[in-house]
Amino acid sequence: MANDNERPIPGASVGEQFQDNARMSMRNVNIFYGEKQAIFDVSLDIGQNQVMAMIGPSGCGKSTFLRSLNRMNDTIEGCRVEGQIAMDGQNLYDEKLDVVELRARVGMVFQKPNPFPKSIYDNVAYGPKIHGLAESRVDLDEMVESSLRKASLWNEVKDRLHQPGTGLSGGQQQRLCIARAIAVNPEVILMDEPCSALDPIATAKIEELIEELSENFTIAIVTHSMQQAARVSHRTAYFHLGRLIEVNPTEQVFTMPEHELTEGYITGRFG
Amino acid sequence: MTESNPSPHRSAPVDHSATIKASLKRRYRAERRFRWYGRAAIAFGLAAVLVLFVDIISKGHGAFKTTHIAVPIHYDLDSLGIDSINDNQQLALANWDALFKSGMRQLLPEASGRSQRRELYRLISNGAGYDLKDRLQANPQLVGQRERIWLLADDDIDTYFKSLRDGEPYTARVSDQQIAWIDQLYASGDIATRWNRNFFTRGDSREPEQAGIWGAVMGSLFTLVITFALSFPIGVAAAIYLEEFAPRNRFTDFIEININNLAAVPSIIFGLLGLAIFINFFQVPRSIPLLGGLVLTLMTLPTIIITSRAAIKAVPPSIREAALGMGASKHQMVLHHVLPLAMPGMLTGAIIGMAQALGETAPLLMIGMVAFIVDIPGGFSDPATVLPVQIFLWADSPERAFVEKTSAAIMVLLAFLIAMNTTAVWIRKRLERRW
Repeated sequence: MANDNERPIPGASVGEQFQDNARMSMRNVNIFYGEKQAIFDVSLDIGQNQVMAMIGPSGCGKSTFLRSLNRMNDTIEGCRVEGQIAMDGQNLYDEKLDVVELRARVGMVFQKPNPFPKSIYDNVAYGPKIHGLAESRVDLDEMVESSLRKASLWNEVKDRLHQPGTGLSGGQQQRLCIARAIAVNPEVILMDEPCSALDPIATAKIEELIEELSENFTIAIVTHSMQQAARVSHRTAYFHLGRLIEVNPTEQVFTMPEHELTEGYITGRFG
Repeated sequence: MTESNPSPHRSAPVDHSATIKASLKRRYRAERRFRWYGRAAIAFGLAAVLVLFVDIISKGHGAFKTTHIAVPIHYDLDSLGIDSINDNQQLALANWDALFKSGMRQLLPEASGRSQRRELYRLISNGAGYDLKDRLQANPQLVGQRERIWLLADDDIDTYFKSLRDGEPYTARVSDQQIAWIDQLYASGDIATRWNRNFFTRGDSREPEQAGIWGAVMGSLFTLVITFALSFPIGVAAAIYLEEFAPRNRFTDFIEININNLAAVPSIIFGLLGLAIFINFFQVPRSIPLLGGLVLTLMTLPTIIITSRAAIKAVPPSIREAALGMGASKHQMVLHHVLPLAMPGMLTGAIIGMAQALGETAPLLMIGMVAFIVDIPGGFSDPATVLPVQIFLWADSPERAFVEKTSAAIMVLLAFLIAMNTTAVWIRKRLERRW
């Protein structure tokens, strides 16, 4: 943490951290990997049907923070989360909370498209199957179709539903992963740099999709691309060295950032 | 950036191309040399395999054919000394040898006197009488009939007759009189080498011409079925637990070190362990495939656990994350995603382990599977021996006829191994998924 000395970082974040219609609210969150602290005292709300973008230089902890929202960090040995992360008033790190149920409510799309090495149909049907959401085969067929439609993939794959999902192009694979995530009808979707492995055309499609999805879902997206954050999100959070520096409506962050670090990042002085 | 902003350090360009060219030659030469080392290594390996196969096949192919003599047989109840072929007690006591003995006298009538006759009868295997009994029991309508039948020759006759063709007749175990008779039979077409059915249908025997490999094949099969049925599920379960569920602490480290050490323990130690635990403590009967399978399971487990863990580790973490991110429980993640993807690798481990188990002799010597067993085992609890032990036993036998049997048994063992591995590779191919 040599940079701490070079650049004074205030303890408190600036901007509108809190929302009235909060779907998820994080208070004083600290995350550690063993002895090393990755996230320092972050407090933030994500509002209903909002798209919240998280930006910042590499290693600033934005992915770590995102992964704590559906407890994917549990799978990493030595990772410890302190503070409160709540969804609809319920603490996610409560001992009584079932992590399997939580992940059915908070879906996730990963950086690298990771469809299962199964058919397109089976990929989308997997969630409904394991959670027992479909009552009949017809039911399941409908769920698969509507999820693929919502992910704007239906027209491209309807004739080859039973071919392997891994045979699709990168962008199609990522949309398949989105379809898979929304098949269980989660309340929140977390996206961890969903376009970083895609070409610009595939990226444009995903961005369009995010906009459509925000009508029904609350979305938190980590991105390296500031243009992407500007295009798809309602609010933007800027992270720096594990601290939340600024949260504001996206327009404001990109036109009149409150904090000098935010300004430095978006104008390309570092990052 | 350098185009628009030339750096002062680049002011004196040095022409390296001559140096690079000179070094290129050297580098290409090194590469060519390296390729030749590889080719030489492969050629050496192939030559070794070729020598092995040529040697074994040239020595062993003779065992697939064996010498027979065509003898006229009269199925005469009087000469058998019985009055009915439906009475088992009479059948057991009947003088079956009389049938072929009279046939031989008829074939070579000039043999006279007790000692000449005894030599004459020794041309035929001493098991021929039992073959005739079996034939008559299976075909009762033959009673009173005559037929010309190819009977198994004695192993000494077989060895001599086959060696005739090599130009160096092996006469140590045959008399001059017998040689003369064989020449006579050869001239009349009454002696010939024919397909050795016995070799593939019978168990072991003290008489080389009657010895077969089938008992050992069945013994190996039953033993390996037990080994696979125990070691694969136990090994895979242990690997999954250690890799996916076990907490990382000193205790699991200790277990891991011990599994790795077990893989390096000499196999005879597993035999001693089996002797002490399975035979002495659990009172499992000795010499049976069940016991052999248990001991080989102990030996195979470390191999399967280690390769299965490697296969599980090789499943990309992105697939685990995808499953967990969908809300799959850990158990579902393992069962639905990790296990199917790791299965081909696990099967590779099983192939290696089973091939080891198939070729293993030492631990089986400790648990009585080295016994001389004539009957073909019909199940997991019948006394049995296995192919490598059979090879060991035959290789140790003094009769010259066992030399080619040993090589033939090695060919059968290799064929067994190839058949087993081909099946496993075929199953693995079917399970492999394309990415």
